[in-house]
Amino acid sequence: MSIEIEGVNKFFGDFAALTDINLTIPTGQLTALLGPSGGGKSTLLRVIAGLEEADTGRVTIEGNDATSLPVQKRNVGFVFQHYAAFKHLSVRRNIAFGLEIRKRPKAEVNAKVEELLELVHLTQWGDRKPAQLSGGQRQRMALARALAIEPSVLLLDEPFGALDAKVRKELRDWLRRLHDEVHVTTVFVTHDQEEALEVADQIVVINDGKIEQIGTPDDLYDRPASEFVLSFLGPVTRLGGDLIRPHDIEISRYEQASTAAGPITRWTRVGFEVRLEITPDDALHPEPVQVALTRTEARALDLNLGDRVWLRPAVGAQSVISG
Amino acid sequence: MSTLDTERPEPAPAQPPLRRRRPRRSTLTRASGVGLGLAVVWFSLLVLIPLAAVVIAAADGGWDTFVNTITDGDTAAAIRLTVAEAALVTIVNVVMGTVIAWVLVRDRFPGKRVLEVVIDLPFALPTIVAGLVLLSLYGPDSPVGVNVVNTRQGIFLALLFVTLPFVVRTVQPVLLELDAEVEEAAASLGASRATTFRRIILPALAPAIAAGASLAFARAISEFGSLVLIAGNQPRNTEVASLKILKYIEGDQQAAAASVAVLLLLVAVVVIVALDLISRRVAARG
Amino acid sequence: MADAIPTPLDAGPVQEAKRRVRSKRGPLAYTLRVVVIAYLFFLVVWPVSVVVQRAFAPVDGKPGGIGPLWERLTDPAAIYAFNLTLTVSFWAVVINTIFGVGISILLVRHRFPGRRVLSVLIDLPMSVSPVVVGLALVLTYSTSLGIFGDVLQATGLRIINSTPGLIMATAFVSLPLVIREVIPVLEEVGDDAETAAKSLGANGWQAFWRITLPTIKWAVVYGVVLSAARAIGEYGAVRIVSRGAEFNGETATLLIQNEYGAFNEAAAYAAAFVLVVLAVLALVVITVIRPQESHRS
Repeated sequence: MSIEIEGVNKFFGDFAALTDINLTIPTGQLTALLGPSGGGKSTLLRVIAGLEEADTGRVTIEGNDATSLPVQKRNVGFVFQHYAAFKHLSVRRNIAFGLEIRKRPKAEVNAKVEELLELVHLTQWGDRKPAQLSGGQRQRMALARALAIEPSVLLLDEPFGALDAKVRKELRDWLRRLHDEVHVTTVFVTHDQEEALEVADQIVVINDGKIEQIGTPDDLYDRPASEFVLSFLGPVTRLGGDLIRPHDIEISRYEQASTAAGPITRWTRVGFEVRLEITPDDALHPEPVQVALTRTEARALDLNLGDRVWLRPAVGAQSVISG
Repeated sequence: MSTLDTERPEPAPAQPPLRRRRPRRSTLTRASGVGLGLAVVWFSLLVLIPLAAVVIAAADGGWDTFVNTITDGDTAAAIRLTVAEAALVTIVNVVMGTVIAWVLVRDRFPGKRVLEVVIDLPFALPTIVAGLVLLSLYGPDSPVGVNVVNTRQGIFLALLFVTLPFVVRTVQPVLLELDAEVEEAAASLGASRATTFRRIILPALAPAIAAGASLAFARAISEFGSLVLIAGNQPRNTEVASLKILKYIEGDQQAAAASVAVLLLLVAVVVIVALDLISRRVAARG
Repeated sequence: MADAIPTPLDAGPVQEAKRRVRSKRGPLAYTLRVVVIAYLFFLVVWPVSVVVQRAFAPVDGKPGGIGPLWERLTDPAAIYAFNLTLTVSFWAVVINTIFGVGISILLVRHRFPGRRVLSVLIDLPMSVSPVVVGLALVLTYSTSLGIFGDVLQATGLRIINSTPGLIMATAFVSLPLVIREVIPVLEEVGDDAETAAKSLGANGWQAFWRITLPTIKWAVVYGVVLSAARAIGEYGAVRIVSRGAEFNGETATLLIQNEYGAFNEAAAYAAAFVLVVLAVLALVVITVIRPQESHRS
């Protein structure tokens, strides 16, 4: 196992940033630390890197106790949200930095830098300064810089957080492909559940300094361990006392065995999706129920605003009974 | 290339906001045109014409007179002393100013805010008072038994006092803006703290240090008020250029005074350009 | 933002707010701290405190304290000197403020030929030695050897060796201070609000009074305080353009020099004490104003 974290606690003054974290991160996999801002996921990443010292607990990297090793000795690659580019150095020299520190022969450094430039598609930008690159290019440079030292683990702190939506999506796909090529144990922090679900092999959901759940994206989505995980991973609505995903609700125009019934009080179309609000007339549902279906389904049912409809959980839908 | 290169380049976050682009021609209205006219007339009467008068006075006697004046034994000695003292003071300021800025930004201890005020005090104090201040501790009735009056050490001390804030105040904001993540990135790549300072922090600070050093040097070679009571004005020993100018003015030798003034201005320009070149080189290495 | 599916708990890509305090401090950090404190103590703090001490010290066997200090400060020559300093500073600051605000707006909000040259020249006065400033004014306005000497002689207007010369010298050395504060603020706030005001029917003057001036208010105050401190303390330029004799063009700073030169150190220290207090006061005012300009970070 690549990274072992045992009993880690971390306080900032009175604020408990991490509480009793125990976690194993498997070798060669892409693990996402997912959670809301301020939940402690970045702190955990920094503890792994050695940028932050845990108050208690142990961190083992590749079988070596790294708890008291300074960041310089841990051989981790770290990528920051805001790139942390060395502004006065060219892209090439940025990437070469770690190797120069290690006093590798010049020829070896140059060969490695060229290889990495190619890997991150920056070959033609090698002599530019970071300021002349776009955000996405800068982040790829930062990634190449971190990979240059052949780290035992690659740590990324909200790596795409500062980029706009389109670039973010591209880089996300690219990171997945890169990881399939390089196979370095990778941990990345994100607050974007879509990013985590799409890219990660394993997701660790962290909230309030505690681990909520660990599992594969499917595990988490289909078998959430708590209301928090369910609601953090996607939209939820309340139907008959249960929390359920809006697209897991079956809707019918005709009276049938159902959990709730009421008129359609709101109709929003977002691209291929139609989102409805149904306001049941019973005491069980003080708030409207959200239902999501495709445009094709909505058309087939011939639904209109104000129509009375009957709702029930779809077959196989998972839900969490709220306490 | 892949779709990755379709991104628009964004401006670098650390760069100042782009100025709005406007047409080149004048945008003055009649009222603002009159205002500009008045402002330029006043600025010319107050600054431009008088400064031109100095240059004219220096050039009046021709090149030979100018050279004779500034190579005159006493004057040349005064200029040499001034430049040497200013250079020495600038070097001390580069080191101490950077260290002070570092402590103000990175260290935390009770009473740090008081230091902030102390740094600015030499700017706020009238120069004659600055001289008196130093005399009271390091003068004839010194409670610590040090007397620097009429010595080069006295000149050095006075210049150190009046130039204190320059490097500190130019380096401090840059240090404050310096991204902590950049240092962490260097550390994660294996750089020790000394290496990080030398290869990452220093290149980032170099332009600010050079700017502060230029200001300090320019101030030091032109300093007058704080030296009046301390320097003692012994020709070829403790007479600095600005006091030499005063002596020329009081002796009704305005042309000679102007010659020395123009030379000082030239020295300041040369040093400022040189420091700028050095800082560019430091900023580009790493 | 980029999240396709918004979730109620998602706070957006806000970086985790708490800034990490660098906890580890080696012996180097302590050494630097001690060096800095010692340097500032010996160079600034101790000498300044000795001046204050001397201002209250007994002189020639007579007791010290506030009474004698007050006596020295209410000496007619001292009153004349402080009066002159305040008059000169007042007019210099008024001129610099009007000129400074005007030229700042012209430089930032308008485009005209020569604008760049003007914006470079504006900073010139700060880099000229005060003695040279004095010399420059003498070479221009002295009735005997100035460029405008004949004109002034003919009109009977005296500048050098009289109050107008003092005001000009003081205005010269403190000229860029207001401008340096106002220009960055004007550049940063942009002209959107002014344009909006004009679109709502305000004329240029109204836009200035109601929109521009309130936004640059603190920058102007800041510049005025800096100018005032510089003006009150000016010595070199004033020394050249003024006779500097008792009751005849002797400003507070000249008084200090004259009294010290005449071995009347008590009077020199008393006047210096007042100027030290004014300087500290200016610094305190500046420190208080700073946070008001938080948008300039």
